Amino acid sequence: MTCDQQRPVPIPSALITLLLGMALVLAGLWVGYNVSLLPIDASSNAPVYDALFKVLFSIGSILFIGIVGLLIFSLVRFRRRRGDSSDGAAIEGNLPLEIVWTAIPAVVVLFVGIYSYDIYERMGGMTPLNDHSAMHSSQPVGEHHHHDDAPGQKQAIMASSTSAPAIAADQEPGRVWGGIGVNSPQAQTLTVDVTAMQFAFIFHYPEGNIITGELHIPADRPVSLHMEARDVIHAFWVPQFRLKQDVIPGQPTQLSFTATRPGTYPIICAELCGPYHGGMRSSVVVHESADFDAWLSKNTPPAPATVASSVSNPTA
Amino acid sequence: MTLASPSDFQTSPQSSPDQGGPRGLQPQGWLRYLSFSLDHKVIGLQYMVCGFLFYFLGGALAGVIRTELASPISDFVSRETYNEVLTLHGTVMIFLWIVPVVNGAFGNYLIPFYVGARDMAFPRLNAVAFWLIPPAGILLISSYFIKGGSAQSGWTAYPPLSLTTPALGQVIWILSVLLLGGSSIFGGINFIATILKLRRPGLKMMQLPMYCWAMLGTSILVVLSTPVLAGTLILLSFDIIAHTGFFNPALGGNVVVYQHLFWFYSHPAVYIMVLPAFGLVSEIIPIHARKPLFGYTTMVYSIIAIVVLGLVVWAHHMFTSGTPPWMRLFFTIATSFIAVPTGIKFFNWLATLWQGKIALNSAMLFACAFIVNFVFGGITGVALAQVPFDIHVHDTYFVVGHFHYIVYGGTVFIIFSAVYHWYPKFTGRMLDEHLGRLHFVLTFIGFNLCFAPQHWLGLNGMPRRVAEYDPSFTTLNQVSSVGALLMAVSTLPFLINVVVSAFRGEVAGDNPWKALTPEWLTSSPPPVENWIGEAPLVTHPYGYGTPADRLDLQLVTAEQIWNDPKP
Ligand code: HEM
Ligand SMILES: [Cu+2]
Ligand SMILES: [Cu+2]
Repeated sequence: MTCDQQRPVPIPSALITLLLGMALVLAGLWVGYNVSLLPIDASSNAPVYDALFKVLFSIGSILFIGIVGLLIFSLVRFRRRRGDSSDGAAIEGNLPLEIVWTAIPAVVVLFVGIYSYDIYERMGGMTPLNDHSAMHSSQPVGEHHHHDDAPGQKQAIMASSTSAPAIAADQEPGRVWGGIGVNSPQAQTLTVDVTAMQFAFIFHYPEGNIITGELHIPADRPVSLHMEARDVIHAFWVPQFRLKQDVIPGQPTQLSFTATRPGTYPIICAELCGPYHGGMRSSVVVHESADFDAWLSKNTPPAPATVASSVSNPTA
Repeated sequence: MTLASPSDFQTSPQSSPDQGGPRGLQPQGWLRYLSFSLDHKVIGLQYMVCGFLFYFLGGALAGVIRTELASPISDFVSRETYNEVLTLHGTVMIFLWIVPVVNGAFGNYLIPFYVGARDMAFPRLNAVAFWLIPPAGILLISSYFIKGGSAQSGWTAYPPLSLTTPALGQVIWILSVLLLGGSSIFGGINFIATILKLRRPGLKMMQLPMYCWAMLGTSILVVLSTPVLAGTLILLSFDIIAHTGFFNPALGGNVVVYQHLFWFYSHPAVYIMVLPAFGLVSEIIPIHARKPLFGYTTMVYSIIAIVVLGLVVWAHHMFTSGTPPWMRLFFTIATSFIAVPTGIKFFNWLATLWQGKIALNSAMLFACAFIVNFVFGGITGVALAQVPFDIHVHDTYFVVGHFHYIVYGGTVFIIFSAVYHWYPKFTGRMLDEHLGRLHFVLTFIGFNLCFAPQHWLGLNGMPRRVAEYDPSFTTLNQVSSVGALLMAVSTLPFLINVVVSAFRGEVAGDNPWKALTPEWLTSSPPPVENWIGEAPLVTHPYGYGTPADRLDLQLVTAEQIWNDPKP
């Protein structure tokens, strides 16, 4: 169609647009930072996650309110009046405008991408999952010294100065699969073996040779779960830790995190695993450090005595 | 190229459209809808009615799910049955409702008109493609009644679970999905051939209505990715039947490989479900807003971009499967960038509305609600694409909320919009507007009640695919179930409307919306082979608004419309 009759799109006066835009941004930020949709945070991972969530929620609110507002405005303002059977303006496009709204999502997405990459790093997600560093732990995982960074990073970058617990070395060297927050096993890390099966999680503490159906861990100490699935895929999820990891048969998997807030939280299987999938739930009890030691010694089987005091026991 | 004289474009058939011609031997009247008809319009409506029947079945299954979830304990059906119902629901909705209807039904009905052809490129293949669907659907449903029951491993059928659930049901599921995939590939080939090769002489690609571009992109995705699904499922069936070990870790297989192959199809599949809806909405909005589609060229490029990017984002479904860090990063970035072409499309639709003369009828209400719902689902989608975000909500009700905002709030809303829009063309009669608005209001409220709370549930600890849940989630689940009930109720006015209007509806005339796209420039319903005389050359399918003397279509002679003297 010809463009000779194009009229310019009437854009409301610049001032009103500006004010509306500012109000929109403020409203979005207000929603993002004041509406709380998440459960309590109980791991060093969680506050980092929540920061990302707030940013995404704010951006999302701005976009959603803005677009829906514009839509409703158009529907009201440009509704067809009774008796009017004429057509609207014959505007077929506007290159500068189209460039603008290519740029807007591109910039938003770029910002979100870079920011979430940063979050991901702070959660330890970029830690290389090198089989050898995990298995033999002879090479340090990272040499950064960003001590001022979020706590989640700490366990991720702590170089392993000591040798790994025997439990790891005992396994076949090969690929280890891991989720966010992976770190290599180290002395102060509490290692727990997790077996996922239809329809339960079984926890084994090499340190003390305890077997439980409920996970007990100390607060503020890195925990490393060495997970294996016996039958089908399961997924280990603690909403309050903001952590989830599939446990896949045939793939020894590691998940590392540090709990921060004492309390009892649900462990939920998040991957469809059969009829009782919905019932495959357990709890994680986060103890104060001293309480945990008490729990450990109370539940450690008395015999053989040597096992209880040894740091690790390779036989699972 | 010879152009016919204006009198050839008369839209009312002089003789019964069903007589004579090469199709003369085919059944007439309503019986042809049960026949192996080669007429693209008959096939389109066959897809449509068949799709709606499966939709109601899938909806009933959803009703079972929401009833079970109205209480936190497993008390309505057995846990095994629950998983069967869940699997059937997903499979029916995706493979027997959305994909056949947005592609097969509207594609077959509209594409030949849009390219100015009398039928699809391969009419027999077309009929075969449709007639694969009912047997495949019946096969799938019948597996519910066999010993051991139907498949229980979800529509994703992840091994090793799918290797351990009752084998016969799973194998029948695979067989039926293979048939449906085959149907979809036949359809895809046909659309590509029709759009590229059957265009009326003189009609350029960049003059095609947008739905053609959407279907071209979709069909390319179908043809590239569906064979991968087929191969994967065949391997899976070998694992089940012949105890091979492709995906069985106990026999040295690898289950993550299955996930890659599965999602290599199934992420593009979500675009197979929405791109055609994007196309349909691009037809509907300009007509009821009386304005040209804004930014035609950028719309075309954004479809191309979505197709290309859609092929390289699949592993965002596997962020918790132990994929290596670089891979997570790559798929985060690729997925996020789909938001750019998608965003362009939405801004263009909004710009189409701007300064229009918007008739807020049922078709338009559903189309505008589609924008609202899809923007919501797109925002949660971009959030889900961020690995750290996804780790927490993957496989939870958050994801269930997200994709229902996309598939239901997006595609299903557009299917309804499209039915209100094209029903006059299908039948020659209008749908009732009052019932239509009632349908819209109930659907919109029910939909949001049902799926909005699920985001919160997922964030706070409710995993998906469960028959029982923590009692603290009861209230919101009940809200969701009430929403589902409202959605079920909302289909009643729709059904009544569609059935009653077919006999009593106001006579529509050939072009009740005064539209410029070619399907409206023939009689309603159109004759076999679409036009008496030569197909029109529509070079400006969105030419609303200019020039003034063209506004009243009644006065327009075909020559004025088709032979625009200006470039
Ligand atoms: C705006 C673009 C979109 C983005 C960025 C996006 C992103 C995602 C992501 C990252 C997931 C994985 C979530 C998880 O399982 O943890 C997901 C799931 C899903 N999406 Fe989307 N999505 C978009 C649009 C769509 C569309 C257009 C559809 C379908 C019509 C769709 C349907 C689904 C489905 C069915 C799932 C769940 C699959 C499953 O796990 O069973 N999404 N989406
Ligand atoms: Cu499980
Ligand atoms: Cu996807």
